[in-house]
Amino acid sequence: MKFGIVVFPGSDCGYDCHHVLSQVLEAETVFIWHGDKNLKNCDCVVLPGGFSYGDYLRAGALARFSPVMEAVKEFAENGGLVIGICNGFQVLTEAGILPGAFLPNRGGRFICRHVYLRVENNQTPFTLLFAPGEVIKIPIAHQQGNFFIDSPHQEEVKKHIVFRYCGPQGEIDSRYNPNGSWENVAGIVSREGNILGIMPHPERAAEEILGSEDGRRVFLSVIKWWEDKKWK
Amino acid sequence: MEVANGLNVARELGLKEEEYERILAILGRVPTPTEIAMFSVEWSEHCGYLHSRRWLELLPREGEFSPLRGEDAGGIVYDDLAVVFKMESHNHPSQVEPRQGAATGIGGVIRDILGSGARPIACLDSLHFGPREDERSLYVFRGVVEGVAFYGNCVGVPTVAGELYFYPAFRGNCLINVMCLGIAPREKLTQAKAQGEGNYIVYVGNKTGRDGIGGCSILASQEFGAEERRPSVQIGDPLAEKCLIEATLEALDTGHIVGIKDMGAAGLTCSTSEMAASGGSGVEIDLDLVPLREEGMEPWEIMMSESQERMLLCVRRGYEEEIIQIFRKWGLEGEVIGEVKDTGRVTIKWRGEVVADIPALELTRPPVYTPPRERPLYLDEVNNFSLEDVSPPLNYEEVLLRMVSSENLSSRRPIFEQYDHMAGINTVLLPGSGTVVLRVKGKKWGIAVTSDCNPLYCYLSPREGAKMAVAEAARNLSACGARPAGVTDCLNFGSPEKPDRYWQFVEAVEGLSEACRFFGIPVVSGNVSFYNENPEGAIFPTPTIGMVGIIEEVEKVVSAGFGEDDLILVLLGETKEELGGSEYLRIIHNREEGPPPRVDLEGEKNLQELLITLAEEEIVSSAIDLSEGGLALALVESSVTEENPRGVIVDLECLGDMREDVLLFGESGGRALVSVKGELLNSLQRLAQEQNVPCQVIGKTGGEKLVIKKGGKSLISLSVEELKNRWEGGLGE
Repeated sequence: MKFGIVVFPGSDCGYDCHHVLSQVLEAETVFIWHGDKNLKNCDCVVLPGGFSYGDYLRAGALARFSPVMEAVKEFAENGGLVIGICNGFQVLTEAGILPGAFLPNRGGRFICRHVYLRVENNQTPFTLLFAPGEVIKIPIAHQQGNFFIDSPHQEEVKKHIVFRYCGPQGEIDSRYNPNGSWENVAGIVSREGNILGIMPHPERAAEEILGSEDGRRVFLSVIKWWEDKKWK
Repeated sequence: MEVANGLNVARELGLKEEEYERILAILGRVPTPTEIAMFSVEWSEHCGYLHSRRWLELLPREGEFSPLRGEDAGGIVYDDLAVVFKMESHNHPSQVEPRQGAATGIGGVIRDILGSGARPIACLDSLHFGPREDERSLYVFRGVVEGVAFYGNCVGVPTVAGELYFYPAFRGNCLINVMCLGIAPREKLTQAKAQGEGNYIVYVGNKTGRDGIGGCSILASQEFGAEERRPSVQIGDPLAEKCLIEATLEALDTGHIVGIKDMGAAGLTCSTSEMAASGGSGVEIDLDLVPLREEGMEPWEIMMSESQERMLLCVRRGYEEEIIQIFRKWGLEGEVIGEVKDTGRVTIKWRGEVVADIPALELTRPPVYTPPRERPLYLDEVNNFSLEDVSPPLNYEEVLLRMVSSENLSSRRPIFEQYDHMAGINTVLLPGSGTVVLRVKGKKWGIAVTSDCNPLYCYLSPREGAKMAVAEAARNLSACGARPAGVTDCLNFGSPEKPDRYWQFVEAVEGLSEACRFFGIPVVSGNVSFYNENPEGAIFPTPTIGMVGIIEEVEKVVSAGFGEDDLILVLLGETKEELGGSEYLRIIHNREEGPPPRVDLEGEKNLQELLITLAEEEIVSSAIDLSEGGLALALVESSVTEENPRGVIVDLECLGDMREDVLLFGESGGRALVSVKGELLNSLQRLAQEQNVPCQVIGKTGGEKLVIKKGGKSLISLSVEELKNRWEGGLGE
């Protein structure tokens, strides 16, 4: 299968995703320029972390107007696999591809640290290699990670929560919530389950030498899901 | 222009009368306003190193690893890669406008690394402020941290390490020393030169505006007076910088770039004249082609502007369009603004007329000054401390709790968590213990990096303080298993025109030189920042060291935290009866007095070798060097730095018959605290003996308390959970 990593001018983490996908997992991986509408026949599109267009205004606010996002939207609507990591998640909500919006972190500051996540749903293409309720360790690095959803949509989105911030034993408690996000949300999928938005950085936890390999399984799940689908 | 009028303009811009006369002699005529402006920035202290150059020649350039020296940044060669690094100050701009000052400081040093052809992979910040109880100091401190986070996070280069200290001496003049490190295949390194007649000079990056005019000459090369300096501070645009990094590396890959230089201090003046001079050629520039942000800019303003995120390239004729397109693709400016000539002159045209025409070499050959210097009188007063002056504390627990939660010793986590320190996915040893280790993708080896300087030691003895800064940085690197390989220095002092400040500077450079020479570590790059004073006086002299080391097998990196119970604790090195200059003396007894700890270079070198061997042979489970706060703070840090804190039981009896406060809080150099599994203790002791390093078993890990006693006398018994909370909450940020 083929991964495509979207490159906005300020996509700092694009190379990191590329390294993990192409070097660590040895998957076919290409870059997709933000000015292009051609997704190069990719099977999974990754919107990496970073500061898309500087985010001087609001994270992801400008990226949704870029030509590539038209193509991503169409691809997603047709059931294509999309992963938005950190800024990529913010871009997906700004573009209306995923529900919700992001507020500044509760403390107002940027936070970079390892956090614990509980896997709430392992029936998605992105989590099928995790056990239900498994506690994993993946770093965050963001200033606007406070996921917000208005009350009419809460019931619906609740069903699609995939990762929640938790304590070392899986405790869901506001003191383990680094940014104040609604329901401790760290990651959600779309209604059809083909689009993942995740605030923590799985690519930063994909090699033993970096202290955690838990993030690697997000990408491995996608590859396995794709292979299985091919067999069917 | 008349001579007298020219002299007035020159004085306005910070030039001296004799310098103006030299300009008259060089040109053989009265200079134009643009020419005066160009000389004023090129010959400023900040760009021209007028008072320091003579002394910087003392620093060793060779060492164990082969050094690289470039125009803006230097480095070392290891394997098939060049590791390039440089530290630079942005003190004055940050004192005036903390957020933008710090932000553009990062931008500037990143472009220095980029200008060598390397990809920037990490930044460090060494920061010094007045105490936070002071309103202005708190404002400057918070603004600077915000600026580092704003720029550093967006630009995508991780901020991995640094230092943070608060002393009253930095009240009116903070220190913002920023270091960047980059890597490149050794054959890809480029130079800052313009060569080959007819090749094009191409301007790339952001547009030129009026920001930062005179930043280097008026702001950075004079003391603070009472008036407002805000207009001289530059404004940062990290997205443009990120694009500039990518576009520049892409352009360099084409092989059509002859030379490259960043436009930082002194902007176009510096880049044109230095590229021409080092290429042995001349350049002709047409200012009408420079992309401008504002209308009506005068030629001298364009030449002096320090607008950020700009680079100047020399491009092989015929390839200019290809190069320009790369920059435009990244949303940046790209314009041919001139070409290389064989005149040896920097010729600047504006609206069809020549507004400056100066021999490039002369412009880059500023005068050298070595004014008188004199040992300051205060040294005798502050170096009289003797142990009898203070009585030992009655309650050691209270003292320890105050120390671990103090401004200078508490955890820096609340600060470094505001910086993205993992971008690039190379950070193997995360921040927290001073040194950070980066892997190099595809290589077995890794890079360790740290920064160091204790300004109080340097105030008490500039020479010993500078030696200690080098020794401590090297000790820090070797504790995690890295071999020190190269140094960049950032020398922060008061006005060189005052004999006592200048004496401090020369003493510190000599100390620095002696220590680096002894350890075989070359000084590959650096920066001098003078005039760090305000009407209340000068800062503590602060020669900040950035040190880079190589760890042969990055997987064997040793961290500071105690990872399990029943490890044996061993103190390496000799504890001397020293308390002068210590944080204990400052915090608990309110005395900033010396003499500071004396540096034993031989002992330090032995300890470094031992620590590296212990890491390579995988004998130790943890290692931490002893520095501020002494043995007690090292014990606390190793106990609480892991996610789950771990207790220890320590007995000081074997360390000899010294006062308990000296044993616990003294800051003798050449020491480290390691933990080792029982079965490996013998090997450790044998190796220590071979290296001639004193070695004492002082306790073991385990339990939930930090227990310290001396023989039968219990000194401290505190819960590690409480210590962790106090340590991590100390900054209260």
